[in-house]
Amino acid sequence: MARVLVGVKRVIDYAVKVRVKPDKTGVVTQGVKHSMNPFDEIAVEEAVKLKEKKLAGEVIAVSVGPAQSQEVIRTALAMGADRGVHVEIPAAEYELLQPIHVSKILAKLALEEKADLVILGKQAIDDDANQTAQMTAAALDWPQGTFCNKIEKTDAGLTITREIDGGLETIKTKTPAVLSADLRLNTPRYATLPNIMKAKKKPLKKVTAKDLGVDTSPRIEIVSVEDPPVRQAGAAVADVDALVAKLKAGGHA
Amino acid sequence: MRFQQLLQMRRYASATLRRSVTATTPTPATTTTTTTVRTMAGSGAAIPELTQITDNVQRGNYAELNDKDVAHFEKLLGKNHVLTEDLEGYNICFLKRIRGNSKLVLKPGNTEEVAAILRHCNERKLAVVPQGGNTGLVGGSVPICDEIVLSLQRLNKVLSVDEVTGIAVVESGCILENFDQRAREVGLTVPLDLGAKASCHIGGNVSTNAGGVRVVRYGNLHGSVLGVEAVLANGQVLDLMSNFKKDNTGYHMKHLFIGSEGTLGVITKLSMLCPHTSKSVNVAFIGLNSFDDVLKTFVSAKRNLGEILSSCELIDERALNTALEQFKFLNAPISGYPFYMLIETSGSNGDHDEEKINQFIGDGMEKGEILDGTVTGDPGKVQEIWKIREMVPLGLIEKSFCFKYDISLPLRDFYSIVDVMRERCGPLATVVCGYGHLGDSNLHLNVSCEEFNDAIYKKVEPFVYEYTSKLKGSISAEHGIGFLKKDYLHYSKDPVAINWMRDMKKMLDPNGILNPYKVLN
Repeated sequence: MARVLVGVKRVIDYAVKVRVKPDKTGVVTQGVKHSMNPFDEIAVEEAVKLKEKKLAGEVIAVSVGPAQSQEVIRTALAMGADRGVHVEIPAAEYELLQPIHVSKILAKLALEEKADLVILGKQAIDDDANQTAQMTAAALDWPQGTFCNKIEKTDAGLTITREIDGGLETIKTKTPAVLSADLRLNTPRYATLPNIMKAKKKPLKKVTAKDLGVDTSPRIEIVSVEDPPVRQAGAAVADVDALVAKLKAGGHA
Repeated sequence: MRFQQLLQMRRYASATLRRSVTATTPTPATTTTTTTVRTMAGSGAAIPELTQITDNVQRGNYAELNDKDVAHFEKLLGKNHVLTEDLEGYNICFLKRIRGNSKLVLKPGNTEEVAAILRHCNERKLAVVPQGGNTGLVGGSVPICDEIVLSLQRLNKVLSVDEVTGIAVVESGCILENFDQRAREVGLTVPLDLGAKASCHIGGNVSTNAGGVRVVRYGNLHGSVLGVEAVLANGQVLDLMSNFKKDNTGYHMKHLFIGSEGTLGVITKLSMLCPHTSKSVNVAFIGLNSFDDVLKTFVSAKRNLGEILSSCELIDERALNTALEQFKFLNAPISGYPFYMLIETSGSNGDHDEEKINQFIGDGMEKGEILDGTVTGDPGKVQEIWKIREMVPLGLIEKSFCFKYDISLPLRDFYSIVDVMRERCGPLATVVCGYGHLGDSNLHLNVSCEEFNDAIYKKVEPFVYEYTSKLKGSISAEHGIGFLKKDYLHYSKDPVAINWMRDMKKMLDPNGILNPYKVLN
């Protein structure tokens, strides 16, 4: 039975208001609540569902990041993943870590763990890059199915329904493959109390990028991080004519 | 894209296309929320008949509104703030149980205008109903006959929030959620939280002494409100503002305006003591097999979570299932238990709090009292779980008529009334369920039926009040008396007390123009 590798990233919780550091080097993360990237939750849910349908034998949750990343691995384990791998990146280096590095790490792990399927969230809600799944597929030279809306097992491999602009696209792919989860793929479960308890005893292995032979030296330099422009206040106009005149003046006609 | 927007999209996609869905999205649309929620309240029910007819109300001896009055108010407030058309939203209560026949809505912009309005009304003997977000559940904020609606919605400013003292000064028409957001900007929080927060006004909350889900932690408004400014029926402005927790000078008159439901004066401004926002908030949603286990778990929560316990709510199976059926976007962590509890902790140290809550849950599971559930400190998940609790009351009125009772009962007998009522109503009711603030001994008993009818009404009332009175409970724990419960006040107040209430009303409002037909009969 297939072995599934899922990627789980620790990001600032989606309900928290993100603030830019006063020195514009990044966003404030100290003392800010983090949780699992919501798209990765969907990926975990899908992997666990495959396991429940006996289409997968083992689910391995991987997180690349500083020590606290283990929290989201524990969450994945509580949702039903079997074991975890934490690829530790020191906090100081983590800020400059990019999808290219992460995809190389994931590709290496996929081979090492003999995974048949890699499922990742389509993007992380912090950097919004939407690159990791695609680059992991490239690094492995495996087929990719991105923005999955539905994943079905067939004799030949997988039938995947993808979310595309203005509709859905159905593709067939062989395994091994790399998939990325879109919003409507499923609704992730809550980790229930008995499973939270069990998760504490599940194995969690720690490795470094160096162990995997992946070079994580930075390829970018952060010049400045700034807030998006503040929305201008609206104004009331007296009547339709005034509105039309304003729109024309603003170049909207 | 922010994940919250995506989540909303999913909600839109999965819920059937009803206008009500807009009210469930987390965006606080300050100007439109009142109307959206109103749509939601009775999206199934038709516009009710005038209450004056259904409840056979004898109009008080008040003057009739004339054109000269309207002209006077237009001069006073400006034409834009005097409404004479499309008043349905102001005339009909949130539950669509009460419909008044007011011909005039006034929207003053400051205390002086409120005073000038009341002075005129008092001289002319015109009856007035003060109205906030119109989210009340006992018909206290809508006209019964043709009272002028005095809407406080333009008095919506947060005047100051002091980070050092924790004291905020706010106008009474400020929406609770907006007030809380302002307080949060400086690390404080409003000690009051309830499901209607996106629509209700803080002045209405204080006038009705609203309770909500944090009373177990922060106590009720008599403690947190440090001062009020109220306009009396004759237009006099009574300044009872205070910026101190301690002030023992003379009679504590502010309390008269907390919970008197706008019958003694109109609150225009108030100061409130706001606690600091907790750094760490955890929520557990758990399933239990019996009410006995619920009580044991409550005691254990107090023992193990003590100073960090900030909410302890009960939801029974029927209440939860009704909400889940109505609102498909809700995602319940567990299912199949007769009782659910939502327990929240708020503290200053995440690790300590987590340890305490784990200890509490571990204990409960070992003893077999807590059977299943989930626990989370992720702010997004915390919100999702609270959403379930907040949608429970709305699920019951989404497609049916609902009798709602808000009673304080001794904890040992807390839930028995639900079973008794279910038996009494039999097939007349579609759902009989209970949920509420277990931590405050406050049960929300709900009886829903397809539409309001006399047969079921007679089964439910006055039985529910008699039953509560026998157990020495309160027939209104937090919603107030309003119009709907004034005939039952005597079940919880003795005749001497009611007589003194009448005397006080006469002294402060000799012409009886303020919120007539309410509280006292």
